[in-house]
Amino acid sequence: MKSKDVPQDDADMMRGVFREPVYSLDKDGNYTTVKSVGWDPKNEVMQEAWDVINEKVEDVKQKVINGELSPIAYYLEKNIMDVGLLAKYMGLWKWTVKKHLKPKNFNKLSDDILEKYAKVFDITKEELIDMNWNNGVVE
Amino acid sequence: MNKELNFEHKQSAHCENGVVSNMMRFYGIEISEPMVFGIGSGLFFSYLPFLKVNGIPVTSFRPLPGIIFKRISKRLGIKFEKHKYSKPDKAMAALDKNLENGIPTGMLVGVYHLTYFPDPYRFHFNAHNLVVFGKKDDNYLISDPIMETPKTLTYDELKRVRYAKGTFAPKGHMYWAKTTPTNPDLSGAIIKGIKQTCKDMLTIPVPLIGVKGIRYLSKKLRKYPKKLGARKAASYTGQIVRAQEEIGTGGAGFRFMYGAFLQEAAQVLNNPTLKELSLEISEVGDLWREFAIITGRIVKNRNKADESYDTAADLLLKIADKEEDFYKKLQKAIK
Repeated sequence: MKSKDVPQDDADMMRGVFREPVYSLDKDGNYTTVKSVGWDPKNEVMQEAWDVINEKVEDVKQKVINGELSPIAYYLEKNIMDVGLLAKYMGLWKWTVKKHLKPKNFNKLSDDILEKYAKVFDITKEELIDMNWNNGVVE
Repeated sequence: MNKELNFEHKQSAHCENGVVSNMMRFYGIEISEPMVFGIGSGLFFSYLPFLKVNGIPVTSFRPLPGIIFKRISKRLGIKFEKHKYSKPDKAMAALDKNLENGIPTGMLVGVYHLTYFPDPYRFHFNAHNLVVFGKKDDNYLISDPIMETPKTLTYDELKRVRYAKGTFAPKGHMYWAKTTPTNPDLSGAIIKGIKQTCKDMLTIPVPLIGVKGIRYLSKKLRKYPKKLGARKAASYTGQIVRAQEEIGTGGAGFRFMYGAFLQEAAQVLNNPTLKELSLEISEVGDLWREFAIITGRIVKNRNKADESYDTAADLLLKIADKEEDFYKKLQKAIK
């Protein structure tokens, strides 16, 4: 690729934090790096990956609102985790975490365990147990 | 503690290369990112249908994390000290001790909780490399090769990413140069690196790796829409494009980087053929970009039947032929 062809398709994927160096050939045929803010095909597949995640999060959110799943299920998806990974962060067995995804078990959880979940999810315990979902508390 | 080492941060396209390159510069050895990549034989291809992530077979354009690092230290004669720690606070104390002794220290971290990373890049990927080169009050000075400028992390932030959980969990792993060569044998290392890349891409007797792997993927990709249906075929295809284009992996990007390596190698070895080949691999990189454009479109139209699977599969065959020819010429050029 020629340096002048290094794409600069900005889809704000890097949030202005950095640009990516791309190796390319300058006009004399020597390799150099050009900083790029993005490339459409790449932006699109990244967006697609996030769309899939967000769809899942929305889906689980509905199930929490309907009382089919506990809020832990929602934050689990929101943090792109699966039960196995969450169990590792919690230092619990997988099946224990699975149990906590059910509202009736969730309601019986001790403050300590709730605190621990909240810490893993980077929220407060109050945010975790707040069931005021319909009021737009959860974003 | 207030300590800042005289560590020059340079951005790189791939973290493993960048950490090695930056660390070596600290010890007076100027070795560019492409050089690290070439000597460490970073160019690779594998298609692993039996290894699935989120139910999708893995296509990879790189060797396993840590391999470039291992090879470069062996080939240049750099000795690294490596440690893992069962207790996070011990891992942090060991880091502080290193900094006090003036040693820039590399480490593996998880990306998901890296506070300075832009959100769209924050996945649970645990084999990211960075160097800590100082501490000011509670803030560690971080040279993250992906970033344009140095960053900082607090004690708790750094501890958290060093103990990320899941695949490749870093477990506080850190490493630093113990002895560095005074006169590294660059020529010998370059030749070893090239030889291994040619071998990996041409002769590993498994149909899933190297040029053969690219052909195998072509065969599979052609059948995706019929076999899997539009939606699933698109998400299988999406994994290929992401592996190819996301940070630290790169199909096309790695070809261009390899070109930059060959251009430098041509000078070191005084071998003009390598310079010619450096231009050839750039053309192969362009084909990979074309492949990303076509497959990217497939992913975008994920709910519709798409006729470009055949075009994409044909392009892969063309790439495989070109690459095979390229590695054969490369083998000859260093004989």
